[in-house]
Amino acid sequence: MSKYTEDDLREELKTKEYEYGFFTDIESETFPIGLNEDIVRAISKKKEEPEWMTEWRLDAFKVWKEMTEPEWANVHYKKPDFQAIAYYSAPVAVDPNKTLDDVDPDLLAMYKKLGISVDEQKKMNNVAMDIVVDSVSVATTFKKTLSEKGIIFMSISEAIKEHPELVRKYIGTIVPTKDNFYAALNSAVFSDGSFCYIPKGVKCPMELSTYFRINQGGTGQFERTLLIADEGSYVSYLEGCTAPSRDENQLHAAVVELIAMDDAEIKYSTVQNWYPGNAEGKGGVYNFVTKRGLCEKNAKISWTQVETGSAVTWKYPSCILKGDNSVGEFYSIAVTNNYQQADTGTKMIHLGKNTKSTIISKGISAGKSQNSYRGLVQIGSRADNARNFSQCDSLLMGNECGAHTFPYIEAKNKSAMIEHEATTSKIGEDQIFYCNQRGIDTEKAIALIVNGFSKDVLNKLPMEFAVEAQKLLEISLEGSVG
Amino acid sequence: MLKINNLHASIEDKAILKGINLEVKAGEVHAIMGPNGSGKSTLASVIAGKEEYEVTEGNILLEGEDIDELAAEERAHKGVFLSFQYPVEIPGVSVTNFMKTAINETRKAKGLEDMPAKDMLKMIREKSELLEIDRKFLSRSLNEGFSGGEKKRNEIFQMAMLEPKLAILDETDSGLDIDALRIVANGVNKLKSKDNAVIVITHYQRLLDHIVPDFVHVLYNGKIVKSGGKELAHELEAKGYDWIKEEVDA
Repeated sequence: MSKYTEDDLREELKTKEYEYGFFTDIESETFPIGLNEDIVRAISKKKEEPEWMTEWRLDAFKVWKEMTEPEWANVHYKKPDFQAIAYYSAPVAVDPNKTLDDVDPDLLAMYKKLGISVDEQKKMNNVAMDIVVDSVSVATTFKKTLSEKGIIFMSISEAIKEHPELVRKYIGTIVPTKDNFYAALNSAVFSDGSFCYIPKGVKCPMELSTYFRINQGGTGQFERTLLIADEGSYVSYLEGCTAPSRDENQLHAAVVELIAMDDAEIKYSTVQNWYPGNAEGKGGVYNFVTKRGLCEKNAKISWTQVETGSAVTWKYPSCILKGDNSVGEFYSIAVTNNYQQADTGTKMIHLGKNTKSTIISKGISAGKSQNSYRGLVQIGSRADNARNFSQCDSLLMGNECGAHTFPYIEAKNKSAMIEHEATTSKIGEDQIFYCNQRGIDTEKAIALIVNGFSKDVLNKLPMEFAVEAQKLLEISLEGSVG
Repeated sequence: MLKINNLHASIEDKAILKGINLEVKAGEVHAIMGPNGSGKSTLASVIAGKEEYEVTEGNILLEGEDIDELAAEERAHKGVFLSFQYPVEIPGVSVTNFMKTAINETRKAKGLEDMPAKDMLKMIREKSELLEIDRKFLSRSLNEGFSGGEKKRNEIFQMAMLEPKLAILDETDSGLDIDALRIVANGVNKLKSKDNAVIVITHYQRLLDHIVPDFVHVLYNGKIVKSGGKELAHELEAKGYDWIKEEVDA
């Protein structure tokens, strides 16, 4: 009888290389390494930003200099040397007037390899994309259809020039520069990102999508996203990430700010697949992200994330439920394998009356990884009849990984109703054998069990993303077993 | 169909099966009976290829081929089906999705394309009618929250879908009320043909009133100690196992 032992698995894990681990040789223009006021000014100048933006960055830099990195998360890693990073890198071949046809064929080939070719996406998914490769947007599509509805969807660099009044009014209002160490750093050096404005009463007719990608070795990437849904509007935004394999750790510190005005709804979905490091825990992306949304009256923000990548993840997409009757949702699948560490969750801040929040978190740990859920549910004193439901499920594979749950609840209003459910389970040998007996091999059985475990969250993703996410779950867990 | 020669198997160095000889031909129904702990379920698991069991001696031939080195899924692809005594739960995976995966994985192993959706649907419709299964049931998570009877009926539904050559029913009657027993037994009878074979493992005569065996074997202490026709089951029902134990131990 053939045996599939732990040793076999370990062997298989070792030989499992990062699916998207390649490096496309595109000529880049990179600033000298290190960070000081001159570099901040240079970034701003390079991007031809107005004076107020330069000042805003400089203020953030001053704030950042006084801050220290947070250490409360359940992750352990060698701190990046912030003076050893280049803070700006742009593919030099870019011309802002380029159409897709003019885009560097190497770059398009890279997207094809990733299965996210712009052409395919355009044809099949009716998705408008603003692609960020390293730091500069190289292609924006469907702009015309969107502009007819008055929707603004462009890189934040362009928005700073073309819609300064909007950017200036909202940037840093949801995630202030002094919010945390990484948010301050991002505010000082953010390279590019997306900007989106949906006018009053407009339902965005397509899913907006941005693919982020770190390409230049040793270059940190600091995206900044600002999304404003005006009164009564609706938008679904997709964000997907993949990164090529690099040996040194790469820092990624993004900031995403969402504003949902009265009666508006924002659905924000992420698939994150940054390079997680190799089987020995070498390399991989450090992913320190601050994502937060504000809900005004009757507004709703839904965060859905599938996190499979990065060596270290530190990320808590949150909702400030300021307006009465506003709704916040957080649906998350976090997968860790090998030596990956994830500390992720959400904050639901209930300020308005009759506010509701739902948290569903699915953590899957394999290998020697550590997976933590950390969440805060805060009910303010004026938030009468606030409701929260949280469910945190952990699935373990093997005996060397860890799953942790850190739920924090702070209620200052007696009418609050808060529910918290948590489960931990292990993929059992009996489950695997049952599947084997029905002709399903162990690899496929694990994929099936994991997809079943994650179903509640996968169902929340837009269709085309759900398929990609399922594939990612399978790739991330290949060679693992219970 | 199945030929077992002098099969010895152990788990964690504890010998459970101590020299089983059994031949099952196509078209036959064999019943294996015996007291608790005699090795009935172990025999089922070893034939199906459960890794925890080590075959220390002897072999298992399926249609003349030694399947000893094959993984459980490979045996399944060759037509071995085990109806579990305790079917496991797989949360979030619907019965339909599970069956679709099982059928297509088996087809893939044989170099075939996935079964077209309309064929799959037609098959599901037919087989669920055969077992009087409500279609809503098929969208539920596999075995999650199923009653004992539903679990067993679901096992036989899977058997119907997979159309195995050799089906082993491990205590399929346990946990079934009389109506469910009848439905399950009818299902098995309808699936029986001259080209496949069934091994029924049971404690009781009751199931054998519905699925009538050609041969009955008594397993005791890891060996088949007595074989006979269907009347042997009646004798066991009337007299219990003690007289057999006494015969063997004497």
